[in-house]
Formats: sequence, C-alpha cells, structure tokens
Amino acid sequence: MADTTQEETVPAAAEGAAAPAQFELQQHHKWYRRPDVLIPVILVVLGLAILATTGDTSPRYRSQFTPGREVRFGWDYFFHLVPQMLQGLYITARATVLGFLIAASLGLVLALLRRAQKRWVSWPAALVIEFVRSTPILVQMFFAQALVRATPGISLNPIVILFLVLGIHYATYASEAYRAGINSVPKGQWEASIALNLGPWTKWTRVIIPQAVPNILPTLGNYLVAAFKDAPIGDAVLSTAGVLFFADWIRADDFRPVEPYILTGVGFLLVSLPAAWAVRRLEERIAYERT
Amino acid sequence: MNAPDTTSAVDISPKGAASVRMRAVDKSFGSLTVLSELDLDVEPGERVVIIGPSGSGKTTILRVTMTLERIDAGTIQVGGQHLYHEETATGALKPASEKHIRNVRSNIGMVFQHFNLFPHMSAIENVMLAPVKVHGTPRQEAQQLGMELLAKVGMVEHANHTPGQLSGGQKQRVAIARALATQPSVMLFDEVTSALDPELVGEVLNVLRDIAEEGKTTMMLVTHEMGFAREIADRVLMFDSGRMIEEGPPSELLSNPQHERTRSFLGAVAEH
Amino acid sequence: MEDLLLTPGQYARLYNGLRATLQLLGQAFVLGIFLSLVVGVGRLSERKWVRAISFGFVEFARGISSIILLFILVIAIPILLGDIFPWVLGQPVIVMASIALGVNMGGYGAEIIRGSIVAIPKGQTEATIALNLNPTQRLRYVILPQAMRIILPPMGNLTIEILKGTALVAVAGGYDMMREVRNMEASMLAEGVIGVTALFVNALIIYFIVAQVINALFRFGERALDRRFEQREGRSAIPLSVAQPGGN
Repeated sequence: MADTTQEETVPAAAEGAAAPAQFELQQHHKWYRRPDVLIPVILVVLGLAILATTGDTSPRYRSQFTPGREVRFGWDYFFHLVPQMLQGLYITARATVLGFLIAASLGLVLALLRRAQKRWVSWPAALVIEFVRSTPILVQMFFAQALVRATPGISLNPIVILFLVLGIHYATYASEAYRAGINSVPKGQWEASIALNLGPWTKWTRVIIPQAVPNILPTLGNYLVAAFKDAPIGDAVLSTAGVLFFADWIRADDFRPVEPYILTGVGFLLVSLPAAWAVRRLEERIAYERT
Repeated sequence: MNAPDTTSAVDISPKGAASVRMRAVDKSFGSLTVLSELDLDVEPGERVVIIGPSGSGKTTILRVTMTLERIDAGTIQVGGQHLYHEETATGALKPASEKHIRNVRSNIGMVFQHFNLFPHMSAIENVMLAPVKVHGTPRQEAQQLGMELLAKVGMVEHANHTPGQLSGGQKQRVAIARALATQPSVMLFDEVTSALDPELVGEVLNVLRDIAEEGKTTMMLVTHEMGFAREIADRVLMFDSGRMIEEGPPSELLSNPQHERTRSFLGAVAEH
Repeated sequence: MEDLLLTPGQYARLYNGLRATLQLLGQAFVLGIFLSLVVGVGRLSERKWVRAISFGFVEFARGISSIILLFILVIAIPILLGDIFPWVLGQPVIVMASIALGVNMGGYGAEIIRGSIVAIPKGQTEATIALNLNPTQRLRYVILPQAMRIILPPMGNLTIEILKGTALVAVAGGYDMMREVRNMEASMLAEGVIGVTALFVNALIIYFIVAQVINALFRFGERALDRRFEQREGRSAIPLSVAQPGGN
C-alpha cells in the first residue's frame, strides 16, 4: 500500500539548497486508512453479512394473546407482539441487504455502460436506468411475479423475487451515485493524470477512485436506507414474511389492528433513524476529502 | 449629557438628516472583541469617514448601526430615538421589540461592498422594491421616484437590465439608488469601491459626491480612498482594535496624524 | 412473447385509473409543497421549539416507510383517533393516502427548501434588512425567488418519487391505475386469458411517460427562471417613461 518509500523522496528534494538530511515521509491520513472511518464501515459490513446469512427466515406469526375488545390501545398487547415484529423486521432487513448487494454491483455495471463511448451502448443503458428509476417498484414487483408465473420451468421463492426486484430497482439509483461520484472529481484531476502520464490503472486506483468514493459512499448509504423502506412493499405484493406481513397477519388473527401497525412503524423508525444518522456521521467524517 | 439626548427627539426632520449617537457600545464575536466601550457622535448632515486597518472594527460600526449585527452592550440612538431600546413610562430603558427596531431602522440606509443587488430583479425593480413593499408607495409613484434616482446615478438606460448584465460600477450605482429610494436620514457606505476594478471607482465616487453636496442625509463611510476622504469628509475617525484612537478634520488627521498607529496605517495605504 | 398491445376497452379502463392516480398525485403534491415550505422555513426559525418540531417532523417523515405510514393512516389511525377527531372516521383511502404521501414529500421537500435558503448568499438577507423588509417579505420577494432555481431540480425528482408512491394505494384498498390493473388481472385470470404480463408492462410504460412529463414540466420551469435571471429586455421590460411595472 505504501506508494512512496523514504528513498524516493530524498533525490526529489536534493536540488533544493535547504533539503533536510533526513526527511520523514508522513502518511497522509487518507479516508480509507483512518480507523474512525474504516472500523465502523467494516463493522457495518460484517453485521450486514451476518444478517444476510443467518437466522430464521420462515417465521409463523401468531399472537397467543386474547386482547380485550373494548380498549383502543393496550400496552400489554403491544409489548407481547414485539418479538414477532422483530422477526418480521429481520426478514425485511435481510431482503434489503441481499437486494442491495445486487444493487451495488449491478449499479457499477450500469454506470460503466452509461459512461461508454459508443452510443449504442450508453443510450440503451440510459434508457433502462431512467425507465426503472421512474416507475413504481410496486408495479415492478407485480410485473416480476407475473413474469415468473408466465415463464414455464421457472419457480422462484417470493423472497428471491423481492430481493431481485429491490436489487434491480436500486441498481439504477446506485449507478447514478457512481456516475455523480466519478463526475465530481474535477476535470483538472483527469488532466493532471494525463500530464503525469499515468496509466489507466494508476489513474483510476490512485487518483479517481480515492476521490470519488467519499462522494459515493454516503449516497449509497442513503439508498440502502431507502431500499429498506421499500422492502415491506414485497410483503403486500409477494406475501414475503416481512414486517408488514406480520402486521397484516396479526390483524387477520386478532382483529386488533392498532397495535401491530403502530408497533411496525415504531420498529421501523428504530432501525431507519439510527441508520440515516450513521450515514450522516460517515458523510461528516469523510467530508474533508470531498471535492 | 444624557438628558438633552433623550428628550431632543426632534432633530430628525421628515426626510432630513439625522444624528447618530453611540454610548459605551460593546460588540464581540466569540472571544474576539470588535468594539469596546465605543462612544461616537455624528451630527445631522455630517459626513464622517472611518478609516483603519482590517479587523479594527470600522465595518462593524456600520453593521451594528444597520442592525445586521446586534450590540452586546451600550446604546445607539438614531435621530434621537433609541435603536435597540425602548423607554418605559418611568424613563428606564428596556430591550426594544422587533417592531420598534424596524421602525427606527427605516431612517437608515446602507450600501454594501459587494452590492448585494437582487439578481432576479431588474435595476428599476431593485430600486422600487422597498418603496412599494415597505413604505406602501403606489407603484406608479415608486417607479417615478425610481427613475429619478436612476437618472441621478446615471443609470436610466439600464433600468430594465438585471444585475448580471451590469458592470461592477453600474451595479454599485444601482445599489446606491436603491438605498436612496427609502429616503434615509442616515446613509452607511461600507467600502463601496473596494470590490471595483480601479477604472470603475471614479463613477461611483462621483455619485457619492453628489449625495454629499445635497446634504440631505448624514453619511458614514468606511473607505480606503484617502483622497476622496480628504475631499468630502467633515471629520475622519481612525480606528484600531475596536477603539477610536484619533479623530479630526481630514486636513489635520490625514496630513498631520498625531498617533503612531495612524501614521503607519496612512503610510501603508499610501504605498498602494 | 405475448402481444404487448391491449384492447381499446382495456386502455379506457387504464385511463380511468390514471385519472385517479393523477388526482392523488395532485393532492399529495399540494400538501407536500405546503409542508415543505412551512417545515423548511421552520427548520431555520429563530425559535428553538419551532426548530425542534420541524426537525422531528423531517426525521419522522423521512425515516418511516411510506407503505407502513399508509397502512397506519388507513387502518390504525381511524380506530385510535376516531373519538378525538371524528373527521378521520370514514375518510376514503384516497384522502388518507394523500396525507401519507404528502407527509412523506414534506419531509424530503423541507430539506430541499432549507438547503436552498441556506445556499442564498448572506448579503441578500443583509440587503433586505437594510431596506427594512419584514421577514415574510424577505422570503417572498428576495430569498424564495432566488432559491427557486436551486429547489426545482430536486423537487422534480421528489415529485416523481411521489408519483411512484401513489401506486401503494392499490394494496391498501384505494383506487388508482394500479388497482384498475389488478382488477383487470383478476378478471383475466378468472376467464383463463393469458397475457397478464402485458398489462403490467403497459402500466409501467404509462408511469414512465407521466414521469417524463413531470420531468419536462420542471425543466420548462427551470428554463423560464433562467431566462428571468438573464435577459429581460423586450419581455417584461418597463417602458422607461411611464407604464405598469413588471410583476415580481
């Protein structure tokens, strides 16, 4: 990783009259080497990875509670539902993470296609991005469901359809984030890379990407939160067993709709608000790197 | 000393020049003291030029008078009326309401270093905005007044141009017309030529000369144009580190400064 | 592949649904813009409690999932608050959906408005103080007209997000274009007709077209503003002698 050794710096300074005899090269604190950025990011990624690979993915929602019919809102009942709500939230979060893995990688491909020099590549890419981005994900889910049903020989688990659609939908957002991030690197940086005669690999890995990522990362984080907020649509369309499915199921079971839905909203905020807050913190921490 | 000041609330003739009186004014930004214990009297119709190195607090004097910054302690009176205070029935002072401040502030106008024209309005619309919206002048009348003022600053043919189409000197002349449109009794000029290319300074100073000659308004100017100060000022105030260290007629202060700081400052300015 | 064209009768039904969708979008938009302005300006208020409430609203509106907010408003709120606010009882789903989407839009829109106001140079506000404009006049005549140029592009994107959100009412018991599509799908499945995928493809294309129209409208607005900032001679110019002044 150390791109410059001490020996290299000495001859560079040699012509100056006051060149220090021993110059110690100090490592500039690049954002990807700073522990206060790196450690939280690694922890979050690890956490998401664990989330995506473990746990019970086919819960049965049932309340073992006989709520009184006369009260509008009962705290006992509310708290009784918490563990099951968390289970639903877990399924929703898991689909989000898996979907976002697709989004982040497919988004990069889309962004590169969109940047292609040849118009017959970049225009269709632009059209696909614009089309998927500006149509409702709910309709896309219905469409994907119908498509899977109509295609003989293919049967997909609803949860797979959910994270595929989430992934494709948010890939178009991610591609715009990549594009904006790359475009945010000032023109002078590209010109300087040419002036220094850097090869494409050095140019991208040492100049462009280190400057683009601080712009891209927070945007991707925001889209991750946005995808999480869209994931419950899958419960309503595809009957995946997420947090909204939990609320619907309990309502059908007990005819007490107030608690499960309010609880779902509260649980949702308890995840999305800290997540959005964390993204903002990340944004602040790498802000000085932003161009 | 205080008694005549508070009672003689009559030296603000309608649309005429007014006095400015500052007593023990303090202003600091965080730990940085910008004005300390400042006493300053400007008589109606007087033309006062404030000079001093950057950070001396000279611009802050104008800004607290315009209420762009609020003072920490002390009092400011404009035309005999307290700006930041209201008098209770017993004659004691209490912090003024926004309404009171707005009321007194209507006697003051200001021209900025960076013009601060409204970019989405033409020159004439810039000038008409305050008369129409603040003073309720009928549009027809406001436009008449606006065109007269633009004529005064030599900008009639640019009345329908937006600031983006004007040069720096032209913008500043429109800004002066805009400030005059409210017919203020006190006019504050904050380094109005500092942002201009050298060849455009003259046209703005000419306009200031005209205003000074009319003598309808009290003028407080912060400027680095010493020649101009010598020409129009009744009195020059030298500021350093938030205090007035020397004052006098321009002929004396600029030609024969008493204070060491004034000498070195004038020497530094002259070198440019 | 199936034939993607639908019958004229089916398009007529889609058109009915589209009208409901646009009505919902319009209601949500009006509420959303109103909330954006009030909360966005509130975020910059001098009063601490106004700032706190505005901040809370923004965090809530942006943190909650719109589909969950919609279900809470349609299902839970009438039971919970029916006694205190009888108005919420028996409101059609479309009204509750307008509120849910409007709140959603307000949360994001408020941040757009706040950001745009903050982006206006400080000198502009100082000039309005020097001219003695009151705070409302400052916003109305000086700050917001300039902020408009910054507001329009993200507000256009936000409006398209809200358009996408309108489809949610189809699974919450309301009527819109997507509900109509679902009705058509049900009857097709019942009759054993194949080709439901084509229905959804058509719906997607219609949403896409509406989004492009919204996009174009906002672009048009941007261009009109740009023209206003630059050249105005010969357009709304005031004749130099006497005439009625151009509007603000």
